[in-house]
Amino acid sequence: MKARVHIMLKEGVLDPQGEAVARALGAMGFDGIEGVRQGKLIEIDLSAPDADAARAEVERMCESLLANTVIETYSVEILG
Amino acid sequence: MKAAVLVFPGSNCDRDLAVALRAAGFDVAMVWHKEDTLPPGTDLVGVPGGFSFGDYLRCGAIAARAPIVPALADHVNKGGYAIGICNGFQVLLETGLLPGALMRNAGLTFICRDVSLEVATNDSVFTADYAPGEKIVLPVAHHDGNYRADAGTLAALRAEDRIAFTYGEEVNGSSEAIAGILSANRRVLGMMPHPERAADPVLGRIDGGRLFAGLAAGLTPEAATA
Repeated sequence: MKARVHIMLKEGVLDPQGEAVARALGAMGFDGIEGVRQGKLIEIDLSAPDADAARAEVERMCESLLANTVIETYSVEILG
Repeated sequence: MKAAVLVFPGSNCDRDLAVALRAAGFDVAMVWHKEDTLPPGTDLVGVPGGFSFGDYLRCGAIAARAPIVPALADHVNKGGYAIGICNGFQVLLETGLLPGALMRNAGLTFICRDVSLEVATNDSVFTADYAPGEKIVLPVAHHDGNYRADAGTLAALRAEDRIAFTYGEEVNGSSEAIAGILSANRRVLGMMPHPERAADPVLGRIDGGRLFAGLAAGLTPEAATA
């Protein structure tokens, strides 16, 4: 089974990397940039009896290591 | 007085920290991260600077889950002393032993230079040798030193006088210019600047040496019972 974890900085947490990317895009001539937030994408292959079990396991991984919930949020997608 | 300096793959300030602690009078043991106990009688645990586990995932995140960390947490929860410097501060935040998080520097660059600091409180064994409000200079060397915490945590740090050091100049975008914080019981210090790199006159600066001298003086009377 494959799981995909998206990790983003929480709303309201300043993202200096996203801002730098936004500035660079603007400087390159891309008009209309209203904001850029940069996050992480982690793909995990795991064996689990079903999608619900996989999701529960990956959420535990997020809480214990993959995300720092002081500043980040995460979402889990099970690709089957 | 016994100190244990934790060593992770990628730690690179571990020996400097050991030298500074020994100069202040500590017996120092180096403890590999795969150990699961601290040497008996450890009074102080030092979590050194460096790039533990290559800064993969987040700085300090993987080190904070190493086998030695439950022993560190147990030591701290029993009232033991600990200091985390630079990557060590990142590790202490990732373990939850100190509140908040350190993000990429606001200017996005790695900053490696001497910076001016203010000693925001001298009510701790780590800062007892300084005067409150004293200006000192220590080197910083980090990419992720931009301290963040929610408004309630920042208010608590202020109200409980737990901000140990603030930057005297703009460095990395830290909330309230925070460079170092104390735990609620004032026995755990995390800081981004490197006192161990300013602890020997040969290196040109000695402001950091006073942190270790104060620490040694503060721990001496308790050494027998700690």
